[in-house]
This record gives sequence, C-alpha cells and structure tokens, in this order.
Amino acid sequence: MTSASAKAGAELRPNFLARFVQSHAREVIFTLGRFYRNLSGALLTCFVIGITLALPAGLHTVVRNINLVSYSWESTLQASLFLKDSTTPAQAAALIAKLKTRPGVADAIYLSREQSLAEFKALSGFGDALDLLETNPLPAVITIMPVKNIERRVIDALVVELGEYPEVEVAKLDRQWLDRLYSVLALVQRLVLLIAGVLSLAVIVIVGNTIRLDIEAKRAEIVVMKLIGATNGFIRRPFLYTGLWYGLVGGGIALGLVYGAVFALSQPARQLAGLYGSDYRLQGLPPDATLVMFAAGVLLGWIGAWWTVSRHLSDIEPQ
Amino acid sequence: MADIIHFHRVSHRYEGAGEVLSDVTFTLAKGEMAFLTGPSGAGKSTLLKLIALLERPTRGQVLVNGQNISSVKSGQIPAFRQQIGVVFQNFNLLYDRSVFDNVALPLIIRGIGREDVGRRVRAALDAVGLLGKESVMPITLSGGEQQRVGIARAIVAKPQLLLADEPTGNLDPEMAREVMELFRRFNEVGVSVLVATHAVGLIKNMPYRVIHLDKGQLTTRQSPDLMEKTVDFG
Repeated sequence: MTSASAKAGAELRPNFLARFVQSHAREVIFTLGRFYRNLSGALLTCFVIGITLALPAGLHTVVRNINLVSYSWESTLQASLFLKDSTTPAQAAALIAKLKTRPGVADAIYLSREQSLAEFKALSGFGDALDLLETNPLPAVITIMPVKNIERRVIDALVVELGEYPEVEVAKLDRQWLDRLYSVLALVQRLVLLIAGVLSLAVIVIVGNTIRLDIEAKRAEIVVMKLIGATNGFIRRPFLYTGLWYGLVGGGIALGLVYGAVFALSQPARQLAGLYGSDYRLQGLPPDATLVMFAAGVLLGWIGAWWTVSRHLSDIEPQ
Repeated sequence: MADIIHFHRVSHRYEGAGEVLSDVTFTLAKGEMAFLTGPSGAGKSTLLKLIALLERPTRGQVLVNGQNISSVKSGQIPAFRQQIGVVFQNFNLLYDRSVFDNVALPLIIRGIGREDVGRRVRAALDAVGLLGKESVMPITLSGGEQQRVGIARAIVAKPQLLLADEPTGNLDPEMAREVMELFRRFNEVGVSVLVATHAVGLIKNMPYRVIHLDKGQLTTRQSPDLMEKTVDFG
C-alpha cells in the first residue's frame, strides 16, 4: 500500500484499542450466534469436554474430602511419654500435675510399669512368654491428649519439648498411620494431576478435531476471505472464539457433573460419617477451583482451536 | 507512476503445464478502464491472478500501483489485496450471512468503525441499486442481484483498482449489460477497472481499450476514443 492510501485508510479507522474492542465484541456476538444456531451439535462437543474434565475434577474432590476428614482425625491424636525406669511414681504424679496445666494439653493419664505389663499381657497374647522374663521390660507411660483442633506444628513442638524433660526417656506422637495416609493421599493427588494432564490433552484434541471439521465446512468462506484481503488473524479469530466457547461450556458441564455427584453421594456419606460419630458433610469444589475449571476449559478450548487453525489455515489458499 | 498496472515481459507457467502467459507487456493507466478478452484458456484468469498475487510470475515484472509485487512477502499479501476490489464469475458470496454482512466484510477486515460501516455499506448498495435489501440472504436473490452484491463488496472499501473475472459469465444478457454499466459508472468516478470477459458482443460498443490474449500472447486492440479517455484521467 502506498503511504498516501495508508494514511487515508488510517483516518477512517478508530484508534487501535477501539478497533480491538470492536472487532472482538463482533466476533463474540457472531460466534455465540453460530453456537446457538448449531446448539445441539455444539452442546454434544461441550458434553464430551465436560465429561473429560469432570473425571480429574471428581477425583480431586474425592481426595480433598479424604484430606478434610483426616484433618479431623488429627484431633484424636495422642502423644506417649515413655518415662525413665528410674522415675518414681511420685515423680510421675508431679509431672502429670505439671503437664495438665500446660496450654494445649487436654488430659494426661499415667500408666505405671506394672499396668503397662498387665495391659500388654492382656492385649498381645504373649502373656505366658512374659512370665519367663525376670524383670519387667516395659516403661511407665504418660498418655497426653492434646486439646481439640490444635495445629500440627504446635503438637510437634509440644512433643519435642516434653521429650527433653529429665523424667522422660522418649516422647512419641502416635501419628505414624496418619502420616502414611497423608503420603498415600499425596501420591493419589499426584496421580490426579497426571490424569488431568493427559485428559487436558484429550480436550485439546476434541476441540481441535471439532474445529478442523468446522474449517473444512468453511473452506469456501476462508478462500473468499483471503481473496478480499483478510489477514490470517482475522480468519482465525472466529475459530478461536468457537474453541473458547466449547471449553467454557465444557468446564461448566464438568462442574455440574461434579456437583451432581457430590449431591448424589452426600446423603450416604452423611450416614457413614454418622456411624463414626462425625457430623462431616461431603464438600464440593472450593470457589477458586470452580474458577480454575472455567479457566482450564477456556484455555484448553483456545489452545485446541489455535493448534488446529494454525495447522490447517495455511493449507487453504485461493486457487 | 501513472500506471495502476504495469506488466513487463511477464511469463507464467504452471507446474507440469506449458506456458500460460508468454512475454506479456502492457499497462493500465490510473483511472483507465479496459477489457481483457480471449478464448478460454488464453490466460485471462492467470493474468488477473498475477495482479491479485494468487500466483507469482515465472518471469518478468508486475507492478501494481507502483509496487513491484515480487517484493510483497506472504505476510503482506492481505494488505496488498485490500487495495484491490475483485469481482468473481461465481460471485463468491458468503451464503450464511446477509447482504449487509457480505458487503461489510472488507470494511470489517480493515477495522472500520461501526457507524462508518453502516453508512458505507448502504452507499455501496445504493450504487448497485440494492438499497433496501440489506437484511436479505443472498441465496434468495437472482444471479444478477447476487453479482451486484459482489460488486458492492468489491467497491465498498473504495479500492483504486477493480478486477473482474468473467463477471457476466453466469448472467443473462440483460443482467450482464447492467453489470457492465456499473463498471462504467465506477470508472467514471476514477476507479481503474480491468474486466476479463469473453462476452465480445456485449463490449463491442463500449469505448474502452481491449487487451486481447490468445494462447498466452498479447494483441492489443485500441478502442477509437481511447485517446479521449486517457486525456480525461491522465
């Protein structure tokens, strides 16, 4: 274009921002209109995307609920203080009195060496074997019940501090099983991420394939656009928006599926919790995860469209 | 540069085929209107394709509005094509949108404001006699009306050069005459026009230069009052 005609053209055009907003607003309306006119077909694609996204989101919800339940188990934790054999019962009683006044400690129960032995005999089934021993191998124990809903790091600090008392041989938090559960959950959480990654690729392919068919159907139109001087960006834009709508609606459908499942399971879950004496209610996705679902749908739809359009658009040239 | 189109010793061959254009040299002055005639396969369409950068010449130089088209990179082709209005034999309308949206397309591509689009689309439709058909779908129009929509789309962005490839090929004689008359009118307001056609009967009484192609070679036949026309716009 000569400079003169470029200048004449520029005078007619609004500034860049106004042009940008106007052209995108136009595409939004245009592509939404097309989406609406082809509603059943478009919704079918969205539904496939929704199911694909719902799987990792649902698994995430399951893991999140198990996590929440296990946090409530934290409050049933106990710490065991194994006392030195040299500690007299009187010293132990004094220690208990001192412990009970500590913040964070709900209760402390003393188990003497003899009581420990008796309990062990009763529970372990090694009773007769233990009679063979000349001395009692078991230490006296003080079991500490922390106050409810205490934070984990406070408990940990408490246990370390109690371990340094002169009467105490070893202080131990009975949380090995909970730590194992957390490790399993962390593993499953990682697995959910992997599944989410793979299924994200699936969403990109689904959108890409749908848009590819769309491009094929609009081949003649694209040729005409190119003939009258449309840039690749201009031709690409409606396809990108179409992919974006697929992803957005697909993300919404996925959320609906997850919440539907949570709703369907909430009654039996409450019953189960009730049997354990808990008033736990099944949780859906937190608000930020809801936003993430929509964002993921939009992003994946857009990527899928971009990937296809950039692959196929250059193939279509006017002859 | 007073020429809108300048061909200098241009040859073109398609892969695996013989030469479609051989050593073609001609110019179209700014504001001039000319017909490109010749039998089927003479290279008329190829010549137009070279101007619109749908093909690149095998040899020789093509200048459009003073710009050597060999210097136009593929990323610049859209901007290059925006200075040319093109009319097609098969109309090439988009049948999933209204007449208004079809004609508005070149303006929307250029990012022109909404109010301006409406005003200029109505002006273009008025110029081709289709004002009031904005909201009609093109498929419901007759062939002649569809071609006039195509012409409105070609001129709505006020290009300096209008190319037409067999614009009357699919039209009956009455409609064809109307379409040619439209080209004449746009030429009168200063648009350079090059019309490829084999409708020799239709144009023989029109006072424009005829560029005749035969087997890829050029034989220019000048219309009697060409001198007068070049004075008008030279």
